[in-house]
Amino acid sequence: MSFEAAIARLGGTSLSVGSVEACSMAKGETLADTIRVVSGYADAIVIRHPKEGAARLAAQFATVPVINAGDGAGQHPSQTLLDLYTIRQSMKLDGINVALVGDLRYGRTAHSLASALSLYGARLHLVSPKGLELPASLKSELVEKGMTISDHDSLQEIIPELDVIYVTRIQRERFPDSASYFNVASSYRITPELLGSARKHAIVLHPLPRVDEIDPRVDVLPHAKYFDQSRNGVPVRMAMLQQVMQ
Amino acid sequence: MKRTETTEGQENEGLMIKRIQNGTVIDHIAAGEALNVVKILGITGTTSETLSIATNVPSKQMEKKDIVKLNNRELSKEEVDRIALISPHATINIIRNYKVCEKKGVEIPDLVEGLVKCPNPGCITNTNEPIVSRFYVTEKGLRCAYCDWVIGHDITTYII
Repeated sequence: MSFEAAIARLGGTSLSVGSVEACSMAKGETLADTIRVVSGYADAIVIRHPKEGAARLAAQFATVPVINAGDGAGQHPSQTLLDLYTIRQSMKLDGINVALVGDLRYGRTAHSLASALSLYGARLHLVSPKGLELPASLKSELVEKGMTISDHDSLQEIIPELDVIYVTRIQRERFPDSASYFNVASSYRITPELLGSARKHAIVLHPLPRVDEIDPRVDVLPHAKYFDQSRNGVPVRMAMLQQVMQ
Repeated sequence: MKRTETTEGQENEGLMIKRIQNGTVIDHIAAGEALNVVKILGITGTTSETLSIATNVPSKQMEKKDIVKLNNRELSKEEVDRIALISPHATINIIRNYKVCEKKGVEIPDLVEGLVKCPNPGCITNTNEPIVSRFYVTEKGLRCAYCDWVIGHDITTYII
């Protein structure tokens, strides 16, 4: 929706093909064909697709610029740009301590943000349930780039060190039953009590939507920046669209 | 005993594979990899090539090596370089009229297309899209050009 808001504010209009299930692809059309067709209708294509690499494929067949708005469990680069922008509104990006919390295996926002933070000398603290850890290949790539990365079982032990707490949604379908999900999800929940030992300037971010990851009581604390982050999606995406269509 | 010619064109006795008139001899294949080399070249039991395979042949350089001889087929540069992915020290001899006319090593390519299937079930290449798989060759292995999945070992398992 934020891309649609962005193009509207730029004075343009958007054509939505809806979900993969609702468009021609449901009839068996390939993504390649859809992209070729839409290239004739629009000045740029913003694609969110359940398969990894879909945006790269789209770029291969498109004759207009393509923006990846999330590909499966792969990447979410436009979210990362607004994440960085939101962090920079509160502090410098260089050398900060960032905790990535939640589903780091399938969480594409975490993948893209981790890669981007490696450019700024950030230190990463990974807090995720067993089986949902950051992919090993990405982790070793980040270490090779010189990033300092540490793994933790809980946030409690590292809260006083952190500048940014980036929380992602743990999806219920990753667990065999509801009880296991609730057990794990509750142990990663951000609460006012947990933030009691946080640095004064520390911020909490979340790509939204959230479910149970952040206690609503956190919303009124100065640490809570996730709605600012969401709002920043519009100007950042306006800038991206303007940039690719210039 | 019948006199035969070695892959290098020297006279020798007692080799199990007889010399070929025209074609390609792939020598110095890492021991045990000959069948994978054949697989990488897309040769199956149903294709028409006549080929001979020798495995665990004693070698001065390598202690043991494998050899593959392909009758009446000269491998292209792209085919040759694919072999480097599993046997980087292999040498290729192009044979014409029983003589070694060309001898070359294999070079690891920067990119391989249509050779291996991406192991990531969520990758767009594992759908009905009109594309072939594409992998960059990196120090860590083959990296999918679409989803970034890295095949670090057992490349032959994923050959299409």
